[in-house]
Amino acid sequence: MTAAFGIIILLYMLSSAAYIGYFSVQRNFLHRLAYGVLMAGFLLHTGLIAYQYIHLSQIPVQNLHQTLSFAAWALAGVYLFLKYRFHVKILGAYTAPLATLIMIVAFWIPQHPSAEPNTLFNSIWLVSHIVIIFIGEAALALAGGTGGLYLLQERAIKTKNPRFFFKRLPSLEFLDSTGYAFIITGFTLLTIGLITGFIYAEKVWGTLWSWDPKEIWSVITWLIYAALLHERLVAGWRGRRAAIMAIIGFGALIFTFIGVNFFLEGHHNEFTRW
Amino acid sequence: MNLPDGNRKSATPQTVSPETLKIVLIGVNHRTAPVELRERLGFSAEETESALITFRKLPFIQEALLISTCNRVEVLITTDQPETAREMIPAHIAEWKSMPISRFMPAVYVYAGDEAVRHLFRVSASLDSMMLGEPQILGQVKEAYRHAVNTKTTGVILNRLLHKAFSISKRVRSETGIGGHAVSISYAAIELAKKIFDTLSDKSILLVGAGEMAELAVAHLMRSRHSGRIFVANRTFSVGVELASRFNGTPVRIEEIPETLKFVDIIVSSTGSPDFVITRDHVKPIMRRRKNRPLFFIDIAVPRDIDPAINRIPNAYLYDIDDLQGVINENIQIRHQESMLAERIIDEGVVRFRQWYDSLDVVPTIVALRDKLQWIAAAELNKTLHTLDVSPETADALKKMTDAMVKKILHDPTIFLKNPGSHRNKSTYIDLTRQLFNLDDDLH
Repeated sequence: MTAAFGIIILLYMLSSAAYIGYFSVQRNFLHRLAYGVLMAGFLLHTGLIAYQYIHLSQIPVQNLHQTLSFAAWALAGVYLFLKYRFHVKILGAYTAPLATLIMIVAFWIPQHPSAEPNTLFNSIWLVSHIVIIFIGEAALALAGGTGGLYLLQERAIKTKNPRFFFKRLPSLEFLDSTGYAFIITGFTLLTIGLITGFIYAEKVWGTLWSWDPKEIWSVITWLIYAALLHERLVAGWRGRRAAIMAIIGFGALIFTFIGVNFFLEGHHNEFTRW
Repeated sequence: MNLPDGNRKSATPQTVSPETLKIVLIGVNHRTAPVELRERLGFSAEETESALITFRKLPFIQEALLISTCNRVEVLITTDQPETAREMIPAHIAEWKSMPISRFMPAVYVYAGDEAVRHLFRVSASLDSMMLGEPQILGQVKEAYRHAVNTKTTGVILNRLLHKAFSISKRVRSETGIGGHAVSISYAAIELAKKIFDTLSDKSILLVGAGEMAELAVAHLMRSRHSGRIFVANRTFSVGVELASRFNGTPVRIEEIPETLKFVDIIVSSTGSPDFVITRDHVKPIMRRRKNRPLFFIDIAVPRDIDPAINRIPNAYLYDIDDLQGVINENIQIRHQESMLAERIIDEGVVRFRQWYDSLDVVPTIVALRDKLQWIAAAELNKTLHTLDVSPETADALKKMTDAMVKKILHDPTIFLKNPGSHRNKSTYIDLTRQLFNLDDDLH
């Protein structure tokens, strides 16, 4: 298992290197290499998660190690799928290193054997809650990355200094509309994920809402994205401001995902702590 | 394959082969000759063909090609007397152009062998151009080649050389960024527009004022199935109407510009106005009504037409003529960096051409042909011996027989290749032999 984990990290690293190479020299064979290696890593990762799922007979997000691994898997998977859909090759230079980083952090985290399989974790609502939330968060992570690329490109154009990034990044309009598509996708999934979470909470604890810090922060994050989408539709928030909001939203998302567990208490705790 | 007529050089007294035949290039270009001289030396299409016909009649020239553009006049020949060619070709040119040879001789350069090959490759790949990487030169070289083919002055060597030059230029273009970065004002503006907008075809354009550069930029923007609208604003409305009809656009009055900014995406401005035609106060309130869709201002005028403060408004981008020039300078530097890569591709091409050229020598061809036949004979003999149960003596006799066959088969072709007759071009037959027996596998 550790060996498989190591190989996955290695593949993600290799893909990152190839993506960064593709970004700097813009040669297509590097992109094909990067994409292929990332795909290989993702498939192996899928196998590992499936194995854990069968082995533990529950979805493997029981501790921080597993949760991070699952997040990296979702990120790689969503990117591979969206690349196919939107042709944003350049975003791989952001996604692959991010997935690699998450995997490395996960690798170094001490793994306590997870507690006895808990029947609590076998509900269809929980499984869909987790899977949908993670995929949605991966899409929002990509939106944050796209926002970053937008700011880089915008700066290159505004300052009239078309050095490194100008030639290599796609057009502002493209980055803007792609980021928007990511946010719509992510936001929709986040909404469904939250709803399934509430339903699950209702079934387990008999209440939809229990003022859990994670719940509160999830809703705050959701509101940030809702505000972004609303302003875009009504006031035409696009371009720079939308990009900044996408990054802020992603920041809130990371805090909700990890930060809450370290600073605040709550019933999501055990999954994201070691 | 474009094989020349074997009898066309009936005037040539001696046999030629690569041992004695040299590729020579004689010419002047923008680096060695000023424009006053180049314009007097230029050859029109008809002049080119009649010059080639004259060259063809010269006894020391086997093949000839003449490239004439506004930046260069170059004669590429194969000759067995390089020294004579070097003197006679400028003399002929001086005579045609009726000027003393001393006027242009200091500007003339002569390359021979690999250096001539390299020079041709560099020219057609646009490494020798005044504007590095400009795309027209390849077409001009192709045109020159067409004239040479029309007048039947190319043979096996120049045909091969020119095709090699074309494929190398293609490689240079696709594998290096030498032609990929805009180096004119209008193209630089379009390159920028493409980094702001995803597609240009649905974008509306406002042209303010008139002027060659601005109109050129609009014309470039409108290429590739443009479906957006064009507006033309001019201080003199009637001029605007006239210009608008040329672009199939809508004329607007200068006062209507702020209102027009609601619909357009790209503004190209080039008026003679001493003051700003479009100010920050015009644009700021429009952005909200545009739902912040980006606006790209291109200001080609001096003094400037568009308030530079506009560049600080979110989602509005303004480039003036100096900014565009800055982009161009940057791009020229990139082209220079990319040219190193191109030089490597060319070096490789020169080496490959040299290999092929050397193979035209008769001895390696005969050796290669003999090796091939012997190899086939040995392989077939082995196959047969495997299926038959024969004594060593019989096997030996069979081997002797096949060896003798190979020798006899080779006898006449060898004699012919060594001396195809005084009136024939040896390299043609050597090349034909190599193709007929597919001896060049590793050279392609």
